[in-house]
Amino acid sequence: MLAKKAVGFTPALADSRWVKGLLIATALAFLLLFLVLPLVAVFVEALRRGTDAYWAALMEPDAVAAIKLTLIVAAIAVPMNLLFGVAASWCIAKFDFRGKDVLITLIDLPFSVSPVISGLIYVLLFGLHGLMGPFLKSQGIQIIFAVPGLVLATVFVTFPFVARELIPLMQEQGNEEEEAALVLGASGWQTFWRVTLPNIKWGLLYGVLLCNARAMGEFGAVSVVSGHIRGETNTMPLHVEILYNEYNLVAAFAVASVLAMLALVTLVVKSVLEWRFGAELAATRH
Amino acid sequence: MVAATTSDAVLPNSGGTVLSVLRKPSVLPGFGLTLGFTLTYLSLIVLLPLAALALKAAGLGWSGFWDAVLTPRVLAAFKVSFGLSLAAAAINAVFGFIVAWVLVRYRFPGDRIVDALVDLPFALPTAVAGIALSALYAPNGWIGSLLMEWFGLRVAFTPLGIAIALTFIGLPFVVRTVQPILQDLPPEEEEAAAALGATRWQSFRRVVFPALLPALLTGFALAFARGVGEYGSVIFIAGNIPGLSEILPLLIVIKLEQYDYAGAAAVGVLMLMASFALLLALNLLQAWMRSRHAR
Repeated sequence: MLAKKAVGFTPALADSRWVKGLLIATALAFLLLFLVLPLVAVFVEALRRGTDAYWAALMEPDAVAAIKLTLIVAAIAVPMNLLFGVAASWCIAKFDFRGKDVLITLIDLPFSVSPVISGLIYVLLFGLHGLMGPFLKSQGIQIIFAVPGLVLATVFVTFPFVARELIPLMQEQGNEEEEAALVLGASGWQTFWRVTLPNIKWGLLYGVLLCNARAMGEFGAVSVVSGHIRGETNTMPLHVEILYNEYNLVAAFAVASVLAMLALVTLVVKSVLEWRFGAELAATRH
Repeated sequence: MVAATTSDAVLPNSGGTVLSVLRKPSVLPGFGLTLGFTLTYLSLIVLLPLAALALKAAGLGWSGFWDAVLTPRVLAAFKVSFGLSLAAAAINAVFGFIVAWVLVRYRFPGDRIVDALVDLPFALPTAVAGIALSALYAPNGWIGSLLMEWFGLRVAFTPLGIAIALTFIGLPFVVRTVQPILQDLPPEEEEAAAALGATRWQSFRRVVFPALLPALLTGFALAFARGVGEYGSVIFIAGNIPGLSEILPLLIVIKLEQYDYAGAAAVGVLMLMASFALLLALNLLQAWMRSRHAR
């Protein structure tokens, strides 16, 4: 988040024009090389054989199945973590209790675990040779190499997003407004819906936005639990991998371009939220 | 408190039971419900599965664990993963610092777009980044062909390609940790240094940089930790030659495909232990520097 004004205008803090030009050029060259070029490459490669080939690649049944599956997985995983995020931030931000710091650390834990390990732990638990594998098989329940496994792995990797945005925000807002509502006779639910939720809505949207982007784009964790069954357990990122490994580059980049557009939309909405409602987000304050 | 008792009917307040020993009194309802849900969900999704990992690795026994982990292939992958993550984090420390400096201290056309774009690696799915980078750096790609022609340098399908992918993935961390600290740095110290006759470079080195160093180290550590675990963006550009350009997460996937669950768990535990140890060391270093700077 940029400040309204640069601080460099005081004469003592102004760098010489040469230094300034050199540093800006270095920064822009670095970002051009590492951010802009890869992004441009996705769209150029996707449209290499023209728009007809592009649309054909997206309309192909396996691609459509992958898009649907990605939407289904995100539609289950994101609300689960939304509910968790609200519950966790309510008890952590509104109450004082022992062990709170440990709880916050544990909520952040999935961010420091490799995506592959995030998938691995569910294979070890629910896979055919896993701890609960024989029991699940006898019950005819399949989790790994099926949609439940994809959802679990996605929930794990996106676990902290909503909670970590809401906890600092609600801590900062304090309890006064809720206490006033309760004293005036509102019930607990009324207080939450009418007082707390309006206060945190932009922060909530911000957390959900980042959570959703990661849920739809996750690769490592879902790759481990998916089993790569075409048209059945392939999400969009996994479909990109299969197409790429088959040297079907135009189709791979076409599907990838949809994901890249999702990323761009996410960045735009995120920036708009930061510019318009910066004061109501925890992420933009420090 | 009439309000508190009516709300009890909807959200169990559970005051007066075991929980009241745990927390300070409050009129707000819902502590028991939300804490109960939080702990249950956390245990089911995160803690129990991670315990399964530890359990599976522990099933190998002490010597079995080290036998699974101390093979030449695992050790080579360990060196590749940790070495190249360090290198990429170092590149990001330098250039991320410059980007943060430019974004905070200078205004230029399009600076807001540049600021928003820095988060691209967080938003772009790793598989998309992976195929885009390997297309760019392949011997016939835009950048790869130039590097080949000018320097005879192969990037894609070599360890250098892994470093490129890890640099992309870790890029936002240093910028986003240094930026707010630099923003909040009081200008008075720099003005005082200038008034006392320090050159710009001297006041940067003696005043500004020491104040930013803890944040820079945090960003470095985060980028490093992210790099060690990264999978999607790396496997496409790495070439994945065992012993040369094979990363630890890929080795876990390979072991899983061979149904070597215990071996995969052992490598996973090794990775987690090594990254936690390194992060702990960096945290201690940071705390030590903060206390030195504060004096």
